[in-house]
Amino acid sequence: MTERLFEGADWDFHTLQRITDACEEVAKNDLGLDVYPNQIEVITAEQMLDAYSSVGMPLFYKHWSFGKHFAFHEASYRKGLMGLAYEIVINSSPCISYLMEENTATMQTLVIAHAAFGHNHFFKNNYLFKQWTDADGILDYLDFAKNYVMSCEERYGRVEVERTLDAAHALMSHGIDRYPGKKKLDLRAEEKRAGRRRQHEEEVFNDLWRTVPAGKSKTRSALSVERRRKLLGLPQENLLYFLEKSAPRLAPWQRELLRVVRHIAQYFYPQSQTKVMNEGTATYVHYRIMTKLHQQGRISDGNFLEFLQSHTNVVFQPEFDDQRFSGFNPYALGFAMMQDIERIVTNPADEDREWFPDIAGKNDVMGVLRDVWANYRDESFIAQFLSPKLMRQLRMFHLHDDPEERAGIRVDAIHDERGFRRVRRELARQHDVGYIDANIEVVDVDLSGDRRLILHHHVIKGSQLNETDAKRVLQHLADLWTYDVSLIEVDAQDKVLREYVVSPRPITAAA
Amino acid sequence: MAIHIIDRRLNPGGKSLENRQRFLRRAKSLVQGAVKKTSQERDIKDVLEGGEVTIPLDGMQEPRFRREGGTRDMVLPGNKKFVEGDYLQRSGQGSAKDSGPGEGDSEDAFRFVLSRDEFVDLFLDDLELPDLAKRKIAHTESEGIQRAGYTTSGSPSNISVSRTVRRALARRIALKRPSKEEIEELESAIAACTDEDERVVLLAQLEKLQAKSRRIPFIDPLDIRYRRFETVPKPVAQAVMFCLMDVSGSMSEHMKDLAKRFYMLLYVFLKRRYKHVDIVFIRHTDRAEEVDEQTFFYGPASGGTLVSSALQAMHEIVRERFNPSDWNIYAAQASDGDNSYSDGELAGMLLTDKILPVCQFFAYLEVGESGGSAFDLSDSSLWTLYERLRNGGAPLSMRKVSERSEIFPVFHDLFQRRETQEKAAP
Repeated sequence: MTERLFEGADWDFHTLQRITDACEEVAKNDLGLDVYPNQIEVITAEQMLDAYSSVGMPLFYKHWSFGKHFAFHEASYRKGLMGLAYEIVINSSPCISYLMEENTATMQTLVIAHAAFGHNHFFKNNYLFKQWTDADGILDYLDFAKNYVMSCEERYGRVEVERTLDAAHALMSHGIDRYPGKKKLDLRAEEKRAGRRRQHEEEVFNDLWRTVPAGKSKTRSALSVERRRKLLGLPQENLLYFLEKSAPRLAPWQRELLRVVRHIAQYFYPQSQTKVMNEGTATYVHYRIMTKLHQQGRISDGNFLEFLQSHTNVVFQPEFDDQRFSGFNPYALGFAMMQDIERIVTNPADEDREWFPDIAGKNDVMGVLRDVWANYRDESFIAQFLSPKLMRQLRMFHLHDDPEERAGIRVDAIHDERGFRRVRRELARQHDVGYIDANIEVVDVDLSGDRRLILHHHVIKGSQLNETDAKRVLQHLADLWTYDVSLIEVDAQDKVLREYVVSPRPITAAA
Repeated sequence: MAIHIIDRRLNPGGKSLENRQRFLRRAKSLVQGAVKKTSQERDIKDVLEGGEVTIPLDGMQEPRFRREGGTRDMVLPGNKKFVEGDYLQRSGQGSAKDSGPGEGDSEDAFRFVLSRDEFVDLFLDDLELPDLAKRKIAHTESEGIQRAGYTTSGSPSNISVSRTVRRALARRIALKRPSKEEIEELESAIAACTDEDERVVLLAQLEKLQAKSRRIPFIDPLDIRYRRFETVPKPVAQAVMFCLMDVSGSMSEHMKDLAKRFYMLLYVFLKRRYKHVDIVFIRHTDRAEEVDEQTFFYGPASGGTLVSSALQAMHEIVRERFNPSDWNIYAAQASDGDNSYSDGELAGMLLTDKILPVCQFFAYLEVGESGGSAFDLSDSSLWTLYERLRNGGAPLSMRKVSERSEIFPVFHDLFQRRETQEKAAP
């Protein structure tokens, strides 16, 4: 029972196997985790850099921007400006965890516990991931995407494909469905569907149809504004979806490319909403597993200290006036909150009973945590579970910076009885992607006129778009739409703050 | 649950190579500019070593909609003394401004590292060897291996399985070797047979078939064929580069350094086109000698100046060792332009009659003191001579250089890819 998993820092593949088995035992029996089958891959630093440049995915279509990221990461890594992550984990089934070869045995244990069990459980059980991602299909879909992009390049030329992808990438952050649709995304079926559709088009293609005179077209007035908006599905905030379905002059393959980019953006959508929870879960899980292994005597005291040292680094939260401060560290906040929940469940103070009557003193730590992990995202998690004690401990305060205010930045609330709820609400809002991303939607198309596409940006709290970037993105949008595009920034009172109008660039190659 | 542990370290690297090349292709003109700029600041030895370059992000941005300004609310950790309602003075700017890695902020410069090959490729990309009438490729000792049919003997690793099996099949059919199915069929017939007499007949038949099948092997040593390879000489283009330099007293260290830089570049450039490049160093005062590199650049020498001696030496070396039909001959001459007047005729004659006809390319580099503006005022005797020859139609390239930083532009200028032949005036 007390046989050590490893001694010292060295490991080999048998050690990894033993470590994984030991972690699994704790994860299953003590924590009751439910994970996808694990696949653990050992990689080199160069391969890690490769993974960095393609957003961590093991395979991806080719695009110059990934090369740019690779060049950048490589340069800063070589100069020692940047360390590499110990691991990368992919939300897929089987769940793939990449471990760096230079990690010590202790680090490998930490990383396996963190990624292969912590993240893995979260991916499998959190409602957002269940709703938005298809873990079984993602790798196949990426493979399909890669080959599809490649075949497009062969057929239509690299420049054309690149142009479309550039534009799609610029709009990627606005290519997401924010509200659950009718059915679950099934990427495998999606891939088959794409193939079938192309085949069908080829089979039924008959050039004669082109020559058949069309019936009497509907009079323009018949298309009332209401009906037009309905036909086009407006207002629509998923710009890529809108273009894919309604852009008048895109070739079928371009629509398919937009679709690919849109699906990939959607795949990453839950991750951006659950940074704190995801890392918090993984950190909490690795902490529990490592402690347990140490208690069982399977990790020596020395190795445990090594673990504690890196663990402490990971969950370090600099204070706001520290040079190292760059916002809340999701690992630190997430881990602190998970531990806090553990405390509330097992050993609540009166205050906690008042604030968290549902879970205080319930004594089933893992039951509560598993429920939390399954049913919340960052915003709701913080809004629900950030306790007064933790706010006091981290000494949180809320600043309100109104440029109009001459006196300076106002301290709106601090960690006291009057401020707890306001601080918590504000912190939750900071983690709400719906609030962070600019709220831009297609509101109309001037079908009777010059086919101009009209978008609105609903400005919140006076925060407008960065002008240079907005113009560049709109240029891409106009290139895809092939007619003028205008973006109007309106505030809550519908007052127009600013209007951009961009015309498409002339198309050099075939349309 | 089975856990798969996979060692990916052995996977071929360079997965991002394709993306990287795309990036470089896209940023080509920018990177090229950066490469040239970087190389000017470098030492001759590592001029083409690769390394970090910085390019502006023109056309390489990945724009996104970003919001900025407006009223900001933030929750921060680590309150020490504030209470609700306090006001903080705005300092110059918010400290929590972190720009993303190499993206986002619009006009940022982008730094990254180029490998040696990438660097050389970009550096020499728009250069081309002058396309002169003569372009010969010599056959040298280099050998390549080529498939050459099949043979009956060879090493086991070269067995051609498909050919062997095909021959075995043909032989088995020709000799009517009973197939496995045939024997099996007969065996089952025997097993099913009830009549004793018939059974005996069948057994005899089986015996015969089996004997035959033993006699005629499935694969006979006769069938075996090996893939045959033969070595073929491969044509390898080879070049020789003549470095001619005036080392008389009037040549300063600075001038020699300029010349050296030029030779280095020429060497790298030739090396890229030819697998094998020989260098011959000829230094001259009033007489010429072939020397090694050290002596060439650093050896002391003194005396007058007779350019014809160097040209004569080069001519002799070509005749002895480098047959013009086998070698691509390049020559670069560096001098401060001094030459004794009496030598002009001879040098001109040697050049037009002996040297230029066998050379692919002859460059004359006139080096001057740094900051020497007087140098532009009157042409030197050698320059005048060469200019006359060139105006007479001789394929000569000539440039003047007096600063280190001019070497690269001049080199580029000389070898720039042109529609028409190199004939430009300095």
